[in-house]
Amino acid sequence: MNILQTDSQKLLDGVLALLSHKGIVTPDEITARIASTDAASPAQGARMVARAWLDPEFRALMLRDGTQAAEDSGIPMRGLPPLGVLENTETVHHLVVCTLCSCYPRAVLGYPPFWFKSAAYRARAVRDPRGLIGEWGTVLPAGVHLRVVDSTADYRWMVLPRRPAGTEGWTADQLAALVREGDMIGVTIPTIP
Amino acid sequence: MFPSGQRVRVKFDWPETRGACHIRTPHYLRGREGVVERHLGRFANPEDLAFARPAAQRDLYHVRFEPPAVWTEETPGDVIVVELFEHWLEEVA
Repeated sequence: MNILQTDSQKLLDGVLALLSHKGIVTPDEITARIASTDAASPAQGARMVARAWLDPEFRALMLRDGTQAAEDSGIPMRGLPPLGVLENTETVHHLVVCTLCSCYPRAVLGYPPFWFKSAAYRARAVRDPRGLIGEWGTVLPAGVHLRVVDSTADYRWMVLPRRPAGTEGWTADQLAALVREGDMIGVTIPTIP
Repeated sequence: MFPSGQRVRVKFDWPETRGACHIRTPHYLRGREGVVERHLGRFANPEDLAFARPAAQRDLYHVRFEPPAVWTEETPGDVIVVELFEHWLEEVA
């Protein structure tokens, strides 16, 4: 039998049966992981961002230990790479890229957008980052330095954007609804619609 | 272990020219000088892990590179921050 010519569903069934037979993972664990992977979306990251904007203690935890902050927000992180959180400030803006492949904090942001994996995004993010975010209409104010974080190894990175002015008194749900996927990658900045 | 602030040079080495390998050090940084920002922890060496070989724990750092060390078009003050393993870094005096 040539493994390269085997029907992919048969191969998958075979691997799943072996994993179960050898006691490495149970079918229930696989089902649970598929469910949590499918449930992951930018809404989870947005919920963390909104909480950080409202709760200084949570903000400090998130910056110190992103994995723990995600767990505290009900996002299962067991067995996943550590989550690092990059804080945007008045003088620093972060942009995340994985020039080598497509490393992405999937547990908190879900599947990456299609362009995150494109050769164009990956190349321009390190060579012409300001031109790149300009494609989204993002222009950094004068005096703001850009830190491009190339996710090359064992961490997964998300951006903690700045809370927009004019959102004083907003609830966590209202704030979370403002935060888009791109804000947590760094290609955009949260704004009031 | 490198302290924060240590100047380092990424090795100018191209293992991919010598055979099959799995390298987490981007091409554009080979031979470039940067500054260690902080130690990120110890992780199994991906260069062995990828081939299911026993993988030793290696120190991983966030290293900052400033223009014009990498490209020439960047805005002054902008930086690139990259995760790099200790065995790819050489101390710069």
